[in-house]
Amino acid sequence: MTDALAGLEVPGPTVTPLTEPFWAEAGAGGLSIQRCGSCGRAVFYPRAICPHCWGDALRWEAASGQGRLKSFSTVRKPGHPGWLPAAPYTVGLVELAEGPVMLSLILPGPRPVRVGDALVLAPTDIGGRVLPVFRLDATA
Amino acid sequence: MKGQAAIVGVGELKPVRRTGGVTTLELIARVAREAALDAGLEPSGIDGLLVGPQVGLTPQHVPATVAEYLGLKPTMANVVDLGGASGAGMVWRAAAAIDAGMCDAVLCVLANHRDDAAPRSPNRNPIREFDVPFGASGANVSYALLMQAHMAAYGCKAEDYARIAAAARANAQRNPDAIFYGKPSSVEDVLASPMVAEPLHLLEIVMPVAGGEAVIVASAARARRSPRPPVHLLGAGEKVTHRAVSQASSLTSGPLKPAMARAFGQAGLGARDVDLLSLYDCYTIMVATTLEDAGLCPPGGFGAFVRDNGLGFDGTAPLNTHGGQLGFGQPDLAGGMTHVVEAVRQLRGEAHGRQVRNARTALVTGNGATMGEATALVLGAAA
Repeated sequence: MTDALAGLEVPGPTVTPLTEPFWAEAGAGGLSIQRCGSCGRAVFYPRAICPHCWGDALRWEAASGQGRLKSFSTVRKPGHPGWLPAAPYTVGLVELAEGPVMLSLILPGPRPVRVGDALVLAPTDIGGRVLPVFRLDATA
Repeated sequence: MKGQAAIVGVGELKPVRRTGGVTTLELIARVAREAALDAGLEPSGIDGLLVGPQVGLTPQHVPATVAEYLGLKPTMANVVDLGGASGAGMVWRAAAAIDAGMCDAVLCVLANHRDDAAPRSPNRNPIREFDVPFGASGANVSYALLMQAHMAAYGCKAEDYARIAAAARANAQRNPDAIFYGKPSSVEDVLASPMVAEPLHLLEIVMPVAGGEAVIVASAARARRSPRPPVHLLGAGEKVTHRAVSQASSLTSGPLKPAMARAFGQAGLGARDVDLLSLYDCYTIMVATTLEDAGLCPPGGFGAFVRDNGLGFDGTAPLNTHGGQLGFGQPDLAGGMTHVVEAVRQLRGEAHGRQVRNARTALVTGNGATMGEATALVLGAAA
């Protein structure tokens, strides 16, 4: 699966100056999120102001990489043809331990995933870029 | 909605899969003409214009482009950009503009051409940056995620959702214009159709078509001179919460819940009081969640509701008597307006071959994005 993912010809992120730290950290195998200096809440995806209180003192921090699966879908007919060689594959909504939810790829594991499963960050090469994807957390 | 504005004209194009070089502007013109004829209005009597966010590939100056093509010189013109909620969203905006004294008769129009090679979206937005790189392109995945979460929360069965698609197909057999006219599907057919994005089957997803829909909303004074029975806007509600499904505050209840509550509050009616449910149905899960958000059944209880009620024109809960978009086809943004047009037909008593007996009131919903754009209307027949 992971070799197949590395060889995909799929669209990568459309990075902007504001989001560049997120993707730089992702490329290095990490996961960065923002935290609001005013209300203290974690923010994802990266923004210019906090969507909770509109504070503009957002700072980057390393996320724990722990999460919980809110929902998932195993995609059999991808919306983008570049993903066809990887189908079926699973995408999921990952509720990060810090609070925000991100959409990500869920790698195949020892059993099918279920809503509520504990997940852990598993940086993986997709189409030549290391992206922050997740897998079942065997230790949970 | 304290004003007396009413829908006085409707137009609808029979959906087709391909338009072979016909432009969106041509389709807008044809369906606008049909609505004006239905309303008994000369073009000079139309002084308001609401359009979708683009015509063909033209994303800017859309109201002026459409007005020029149609030879209109409106005193109120705007874009309504609420995805599948745009059609319903236009109706209350038109009424509000009339009440504000800006215009007297508003053309609300949506249409789309459809060719073989649809260009990929040039979007640069958070979904493109943060969802697409992980393999989540298009609405199917988003609604699959909503459906999976709904199933996990309440234990609803695949057959329950499939029954919504089968009922839509059954209703489409009463609408010769529906893309699936002559093509009914059973619950078993739906469940046997290919899995697109689990748990969504192919037949739980609308078929994209080309088409066009138009309604004309007019002042009470003009409505009194209308050749057809006017259909009154009794209440409206709207709520916009998010674009990407990851940013939804709930996966099992949506912004239609407060939107419908506002619409019913304005109308002085409850969900159980209406004679027709004209509910936005891009996917089966959307109808399930809307029935629950309307309070017609408890959360997770839609399965019993659709099992225990007849959803046809002669049933105990007539739902999408035109076939819904699941049976009629989805002409892009105009798909949401099919629910308005069908409600008008029913409330006029002109839904030939599928008329709900003594239909006096209807709930119309629109939904856009990933269950993040919501508009609800309560419509009433002329007194």
